[in-house]
Amino acid sequence: MILNSKIPQGPLEQKWDNYKKKAKLVNPANRKKLDVIVVGTGLAGSSIAASLGEMGYNVKSFCFQDSPRRAHSVAAQGGVNAAKNYKNDGDSVYRMFVDTLKGGDFRAREANVYRMAECSLNLIDQAVAQGVPFGREYGGYLNNRSFGGVQVSRTFYARGQTGQQLLLGAYQELMRQVGKGTVQLYSRHEMLDLVMIDGKARGIIVRNLDTGEIERHAAHAVVLATGGYGKIYYLSTLAMGCNGSAIWRAHKKGALMASPSWIQVHPTSLPQSGDYQSKLTLMSESLRNDGRIWVPLKADETRLPNDIPENERDYYLERRYPAFGNLAPRDISSRAAKERIDAGFGIGPLKNAVYLDFSKAIREQGKEKIQEKYGNLFDMYLKITGYNAYNEPMMISPSAHFSMGGLWVDYELMTTIPGLFALGEANFADHGANRLGANSLLQASVDGYFIAPYTIANYLADEIHTGKISPDAPEFETAENAVKKQIQDFMDIRGTKTVDYFHKTLGKLLYDYCGLARNEEGLKYAIGEIRKLKQEFYRDVRVSGQGDKMNSELEKAGRVADYFEIGELMCYDALTRNESCGAHFREEFQTPDGEALRNDTEYQFISAWAWAGENREPELIREPLIFEEIQPTVRSYK
Amino acid sequence: MDLHLKIWRQKDKQSEGKLVSYDLKELNPHMSFLEMLDTLNEKLITEGDEPVEFDHDCREGICGQCGMMINGIAHGPLKNTTTCQLHLRSFKNGETILIEPFRAEAFPVKKDLKVDRSAFDRIISSGGFVSVNTGQAPDATAIAVTHQIAEEAFDSAACIGCGACVATCKNGSAALFTSAKITHMVLLPQGKKERNERVLNMVTQMDHELFGHCSNTEACEVECPQGISVLNIARMNYEYGRALFFRKK
Ligand SMILES: Cc1cc2nc3c(=O)[nH]c(=O)nc-3n(C[C@H](O)[C@H](O)[C@H](O)COP(=O)(O)OP(=O)(O)OC[C@H]3O[C@@H](n4cnc5c(N)ncnc54)[C@H](O)[C@@H]3O)c2cc1C
Ligand code: SF4
Ligand code: FES
Repeated sequence: MILNSKIPQGPLEQKWDNYKKKAKLVNPANRKKLDVIVVGTGLAGSSIAASLGEMGYNVKSFCFQDSPRRAHSVAAQGGVNAAKNYKNDGDSVYRMFVDTLKGGDFRAREANVYRMAECSLNLIDQAVAQGVPFGREYGGYLNNRSFGGVQVSRTFYARGQTGQQLLLGAYQELMRQVGKGTVQLYSRHEMLDLVMIDGKARGIIVRNLDTGEIERHAAHAVVLATGGYGKIYYLSTLAMGCNGSAIWRAHKKGALMASPSWIQVHPTSLPQSGDYQSKLTLMSESLRNDGRIWVPLKADETRLPNDIPENERDYYLERRYPAFGNLAPRDISSRAAKERIDAGFGIGPLKNAVYLDFSKAIREQGKEKIQEKYGNLFDMYLKITGYNAYNEPMMISPSAHFSMGGLWVDYELMTTIPGLFALGEANFADHGANRLGANSLLQASVDGYFIAPYTIANYLADEIHTGKISPDAPEFETAENAVKKQIQDFMDIRGTKTVDYFHKTLGKLLYDYCGLARNEEGLKYAIGEIRKLKQEFYRDVRVSGQGDKMNSELEKAGRVADYFEIGELMCYDALTRNESCGAHFREEFQTPDGEALRNDTEYQFISAWAWAGENREPELIREPLIFEEIQPTVRSYK
Repeated sequence: MDLHLKIWRQKDKQSEGKLVSYDLKELNPHMSFLEMLDTLNEKLITEGDEPVEFDHDCREGICGQCGMMINGIAHGPLKNTTTCQLHLRSFKNGETILIEPFRAEAFPVKKDLKVDRSAFDRIISSGGFVSVNTGQAPDATAIAVTHQIAEEAFDSAACIGCGACVATCKNGSAALFTSAKITHMVLLPQGKKERNERVLNMVTQMDHELFGHCSNTEACEVECPQGISVLNIARMNYEYGRALFFRKK
């Protein structure tokens, strides 16, 4: 298969305009003849569903939570990027494009990245118009701050709850359309399969999580905006329900998965404290603007942090990366922390953390200023750990956070299945091998508000004469039966181990062998172990309750079953990429001083994977990356 | 630490529920309340029982999906804290803890500790938005909003829609939730234009949903994890009166 990324002609800064000029339109009178399914109500899903609804299409919107407002976008704290240059500090679309491409270690498409930077300008306008209360200067203008990996202030924020406020804005627009009847809402519904007719995406099979009923929904196009699968590691910063099932089921129906092993590990989450733990909480990275990161100079230090004098502290980020210091990008900061922890300098009861220290900032700016900037984060820290970070440094540690990989999409955000689109974190686009902070709320939003409304219309223009898609078609019947059978199979195993046991075991395997650092031997070992674990799961898992009633264990079982396969693919992906780039650090490929060693001559491509069947080696398809505007350079933050 | 739990078990909306006792031993006091329930569920599943259904997702106090009555208090004993952010160190070794679903006529129980809060979505749908289509917006700085106003609007916008205010109110009123959205919107210039229809529609919808009336006990503010102020309710009442006045004219 040759992948066609459909990048439009013309110079970089005109590509998107050129696309829009030529994109096909659907006459308003015809729009109501067209049905679109949107799975997911995060920023990407709510924004596209609301946009398509307001344009006049019939939209059905699905999410597994009890309300669309709870989609995981709500959890994002730090902020959202836009090249507004309100600070007059030299920001521009071009600079943002360069930062993003470089941040992603030159493993993203130029045209996509440029478009995201370009659309960032409109996003802030859109959100403000919706009533998102972004932080403001006293004079009334919007404020911003800087985030890891860049040297300008381009991050807009609403205290430490930017994702929440952006999502509520999108959710409110979605609910407005629901009120008008252009969007039908199905909360507490989980997509369990994609239905294809004549090679096109034509609908989905869902389970009503409240009643256990299996339903069929047909449409002319299906949009997956189902977020990331970082929860595969079990311990991660993601919500409990986050999963990869929707994209995985689509993958098994023929959509390619791109770069699955690129999962960002966030440097500032709270450390694990025990086995019972269900998730790791993120402390916003914005804390790094004022917090300084250090570990004791002496290994196995026993003194309390405040008793350790300045000259016995190792501010390792400032030492190793003087130009960026505590604001070094996430992959670099996470790896540097892991390096210190592995070398025996970790702190905390489990020696698995580093300090994030605000004493200098509090001395210089006063407690009140710090309180205003990060108060809710300090409160959160206190609630979770019982420690007051105004008096002593926070303890932080790296944890799995964001999946850069996802369904492969072309410039139109369409997967390799015609009529199936993937938006937001569910696609692989824009972030390359590493995401810069505050770029993903942006990507999810612009995908939904500004890009997909054009590209989906371009697709639907050819569907006007198709007529209604019938959910009675045999393809729906087959898919529904397969879903029902899978559920029955889970219920029938009646083994002895819980679903969580399997999820935790898989997560630990991935942390150890396909986490912050990977090597060939470990990855091969992990593939074998994952296959064994999967077999054990199908032999010995215990799902209690009933298949046709509300049953959270059953929901989890389906997600974990998919995680085994995704985990295996992650290992294959990491194994084939004989280089280190972004979040992907192969121990065999590093410079003498421990930095990532990229190999552009051999690996300047996107890895897209095709499903080859159970326990079979997946097929790798390469999309070469062509850089016209800037030439890849070695990423240096020194 | 050891705990004795009394948990509300109810098969479905139609069935009658009852309290069932469970004992848990050797729990780590740093465990969150929901992790304690996870531990219980692991035990129930391996012993062949059905786990307790409860709602949760983010487990960081921001999605608003978790929530239960703990010893009669919405989200438990800690002030301004969601259930997922509550840890066992807030309880005593050997304590008996009573765990029940949020109760209100407008929030029917679905199973065990899960309730249906979709009435909140319908309230938002009736007017809790600024009517702006995509791609129409003027530059974000075109209308200045002072720091104070933005912060004040934020204070109200921070509601997570958890429903604790309703559950804790003896009338089952949704006044705090609804008024928070109304206040958020009316403070900002962007939301002001639709203030009259918004408040009229949202209050009407709130009444349709079987929420009770607000009788100013202020219990809601006490239990709200986001510390949403009852002054929002005063603002809603003012806006409602004002809107009625302008509608008559
Ligand atoms: C703790 C945290 C902090 C973050 N902070 C920042 C930040 O400061 N800045 C930034 O830019 N980014 C941040 N991110 C990343 C960012 O929040 C996400 O990448 C982004 O919000 C993803 O949006 P989305 O719309 O793609 O998906 P989500 O918001 O995750 O939405 C997924 C939706 O899909 C639905 N869904 C999933 N599977 C199914 C299924 N099978 N059936 C039905 N529905 C399904 C869910 O119900 C949900 O509605 C953060 C992420 C986390 C976890
Ligand atoms: S007002 Fe407070 S208690 Fe009520 S729904 Fe909002 S956050 Fe929850
Ligand atoms: S689980 Fe999200 S607020 Fe508690």
